[in-house]
Amino acid sequence: MPAKGKIEWISGPAVKASGMASAKMYEVTQVGEEKLVGEVIKLTGDIAFVQVYESTSGLRPGEPVVGTGQPLSTTLGPGMIGTIYDGLQRPLDVIAKKAGAFITRGATADSIPFDRAWDFVPTVKKGDDLEGGSVIGTVQETPLIEHRILVPPTVPKIKVKDVVGAGKYKISETVVVAEDKAGKKYDLMLHHKWPVRTPRPIRERLDPEIPLMTGQRVLDSFFPMAKGGTGAIPGAFGTGKTVTLHSVAKWADAKVVFHIGCGERGNEMTEVLVEFPELIDPQSGRPLMERTILIANVSNMPVAAREASIYTGVTMAEYYRDMGYDTVLVADSTSRWAEALREISGRLEEMPAEEGYPSYLASRLAEFYERAGRADILGSPVRTGSITLIGAVSPAGGDFTEPVTSQTIRFVRTFWSLDARLAYSRHYPSINWMSSYSGYVESVGKWWKERVDSEWASLRAEAYGILQREDALKEIVRLLGPEALPDEEKLILDVARMIQIGFLQQNAYDDTDAYCSPQKQFKMMKMFVQFHQEALKSLRNGTPLSKIRGMQVVAPMLRSKFAIKNEELDKLDGLVKQMSDEFASISAAPEAKAA
Amino acid sequence: MSKSSPGLEYSKVAEIRGPLLVVDGVDKAAFDELVEIEDGSGSRRLARVLETGFGKAVVQVFEGTSGLSVSGTRARFLGRTMELPVSDQLLGRVFDGLGRPMDGLPEPVAKKFLDVNGSPINPERREYPTDLIQTGVSVIDGMLTLVRGQKLPIFSGAGMPHNMLAAQIARQATVVGEGEEFAVVFAAVGVSHGEATFFQRTLAESGAIRRSILYLNLADDPAIERIITPRVALTAAEYLAFELDMHVLVIITDITNYAEALREISAAREEVPGRKGFPGYLYTDLATNYERAGRIKGKKGSITQMPILSMPSDDVTHPIPDLTGYITEGQIFLGRELFRKGIYPSVYVLSSLSRLMGPALGYVIKQGKARPDHHQVGNQLYNAYARSIELRALAEIVGKSGLTGSDLKYLQFGDAFEQKFLNQGYEENRTFDDTHRIAWEVLSILPEGELTNIKEEFIKQNYVKTAS
Repeated sequence: MPAKGKIEWISGPAVKASGMASAKMYEVTQVGEEKLVGEVIKLTGDIAFVQVYESTSGLRPGEPVVGTGQPLSTTLGPGMIGTIYDGLQRPLDVIAKKAGAFITRGATADSIPFDRAWDFVPTVKKGDDLEGGSVIGTVQETPLIEHRILVPPTVPKIKVKDVVGAGKYKISETVVVAEDKAGKKYDLMLHHKWPVRTPRPIRERLDPEIPLMTGQRVLDSFFPMAKGGTGAIPGAFGTGKTVTLHSVAKWADAKVVFHIGCGERGNEMTEVLVEFPELIDPQSGRPLMERTILIANVSNMPVAAREASIYTGVTMAEYYRDMGYDTVLVADSTSRWAEALREISGRLEEMPAEEGYPSYLASRLAEFYERAGRADILGSPVRTGSITLIGAVSPAGGDFTEPVTSQTIRFVRTFWSLDARLAYSRHYPSINWMSSYSGYVESVGKWWKERVDSEWASLRAEAYGILQREDALKEIVRLLGPEALPDEEKLILDVARMIQIGFLQQNAYDDTDAYCSPQKQFKMMKMFVQFHQEALKSLRNGTPLSKIRGMQVVAPMLRSKFAIKNEELDKLDGLVKQMSDEFASISAAPEAKAA
Repeated sequence: MSKSSPGLEYSKVAEIRGPLLVVDGVDKAAFDELVEIEDGSGSRRLARVLETGFGKAVVQVFEGTSGLSVSGTRARFLGRTMELPVSDQLLGRVFDGLGRPMDGLPEPVAKKFLDVNGSPINPERREYPTDLIQTGVSVIDGMLTLVRGQKLPIFSGAGMPHNMLAAQIARQATVVGEGEEFAVVFAAVGVSHGEATFFQRTLAESGAIRRSILYLNLADDPAIERIITPRVALTAAEYLAFELDMHVLVIITDITNYAEALREISAAREEVPGRKGFPGYLYTDLATNYERAGRIKGKKGSITQMPILSMPSDDVTHPIPDLTGYITEGQIFLGRELFRKGIYPSVYVLSSLSRLMGPALGYVIKQGKARPDHHQVGNQLYNAYARSIELRALAEIVGKSGLTGSDLKYLQFGDAFEQKFLNQGYEENRTFDDTHRIAWEVLSILPEGELTNIKEEFIKQNYVKTAS
């Protein structure tokens, strides 16, 4: 029996309602005459504390509050791909059709279209044994995504009694009838519901050892992400968090990509909406929108729904993982989500921990990142899937010791640290190569070795070594000037600068440079390392540094990132040959011993 | 807003603290409801419900509580949230911080009443801004290109010429090829009388006053009113942009005063403070103003927002500039050192950014509506200037003699950049072409091989050979 109470008190998104003794924690309630969506977050006696997901302006004490008996849930089925949702999985295009350009409250909309019929092809037959998570059939959701219809994970072992033939079905039509041992009947449809705060179960966790290729050289080559891994990207404003995350969302070699705009700018979501249908996925050759789901709870939308948006997103990602797909979820920004927690916690008058954030901030962050992973999926047929979680962090004042950044670092294995100084000189992506790290370098090394080149790990170490040595030398230069260094060390500075400009910097808005294939990344890295090796040899043979600095090949090397396309790798080989020839000619030239 | 009981009057004021008033014996005050407070002498002030329930309503009095007493004060709950009467008659008028006429003319006839809090624009219905604005200021047009529908604040410090820059932009801004002028909505939030008059005069002299609306909350006006002033201004702007199809430039100065008023209320409510005593919801609150910029699909008009904030002690990590920077689409950062050198506008480009410049240029260049080298030249100017600043610091330690040939060129570039490209007159209106001509002139001080951000074909076309 759902609780029926009335409003006693209102302050912003927080409402206290009496007569709610039968309400459950995290139960969804309808608040006020307009039936605003809310969620019970605290119970004291018959008073329920409800966080309201919509503006409470104009709400009065005395208005009704009605429980629904259900926790906050997502509706999972075909029709989600390509949609832009709010934090409660309401499609924003449907809302706009009903309410116009501005979001008014109390709007209702089905998460997926119930009236649309899909071409369903069953993959089970009468008498088959099924369990929670098993695939019962498929629907081609977009040209890119074959949507596998799943038995809800909580269903026990069942036997198929009846299956419909292939054909067009709406998502609430029964397509498979099954029975468990006790004779209980199960009507399976093209969709089911799942509560957002409960992780969907899996059979077994697997090690993340396949790299998630993003086409971003500094990420893939230096600080790789693994499929099923976790990462954080913290940076002060203006350091390019969003552009970097957009690049990851665009180019990651995942099957389905989720982009959560959590308390960020409205125009950023619009940018994705404008751009993604036109951009072509380099793996499949199809528009990126055919594999993307957006969740937009931008900064001026109600703060409580911002808190929910993260869970809504990750639950949908788990659903696609359960089909056996690799998914990526980028959340921009987890700091705004943490601020939503802080605001609600403040209204609950909880004892604050650091900087007003609730004491459970760390455990909430841990729970969220723990939903990442690569896994064996429940049910038949046998399959694996993954969720890669990448969270942007917006540290106050760019200070990484603030609570959200420092707590996040504890739970992620890849740390892409954005640097304001790099951003100021327009070095993008402004990922600091000294303070960033990846816990997956070892585990993804095998993939690079097998798929690209056996030299990858040693070359990466050599290139990274040059950057590390430069960093140490910079201190001396700062004190004494570059002329105080011996030539071999000056060469390190030169080559490090070449790697920074020619390799680490990448222009997200250049057609060629935006995405760099693993093969091109490897060849480019090798080219710069080889330049260093040959230059060093040449220097030791007596060639003056000024001659090496004046080499013709340097400018085309630095331009190769946008001048040579991914398909034109032979041009890179040609450039390397040109480099070797030029080294040969400057080394062979008779020494005039001039200045 | 539910309909029940408008005009209910209560006289039992239980408590007055700071800007807050607690009214007792109220059953059904709505959250956010507008309240009229009448003191013993019969004069009235406006207030708003912040918290309601258990027989009490906590209201925030916009005009302050000074002179109010517990016994003689009456509160009337008006049954509606705060609304602004709007019509095209607002243009050319001057109002106070709550939207009441202060130019001696009568209330404009209202076509409509709009809730001053507005509603979020559905991100699905936003149109991505791509129309470049020519502000006539080289550093902005060349390196921080402003786009119609953008929100781009000026981060300034005490005493720097942010108002001049904003006024110059308001006067000169056009979209190339359209020649359409902007309507200007100006919100003064706690600024001095002098600053407000400066804007008023600038708008009058250029004739723009006829297509302007001014909302003035001056330094000696009630502080709490400042919470409402930007909202009133943005509500009027939304009406002009989305119902009258106008392109609107909203200038709000100074956001720091706004945030301080918010802090005052938060402290009076005894809320748990975040950084520097500002409330934890400062980000969200600022966003509810800043996000009211943009374009909407199917509507002709636009709102471009240029908030001005003075950073306390020039500190960009202070919560107000920090949180602003996270919401706005870039920032124009005024540098103290350039200001001291006498350079106008003293925009320190290395800390400045226009987020919409890259995507917008990508789009308009493809359409042939902007120079194809626009973005690359901007990036190259940044990189080269950043390098010249680095080398300046180095030269101070090791002396110029410690630097090699191309490094010296960078030093020369840095000076020319500041003197020729950055520096320009308050009255000087440069076209995009002027800006690019000067940009290539200063870039050509560097050897061609150093221009790694620019494609070779553009270098061939534009590099000025004689300079080196």
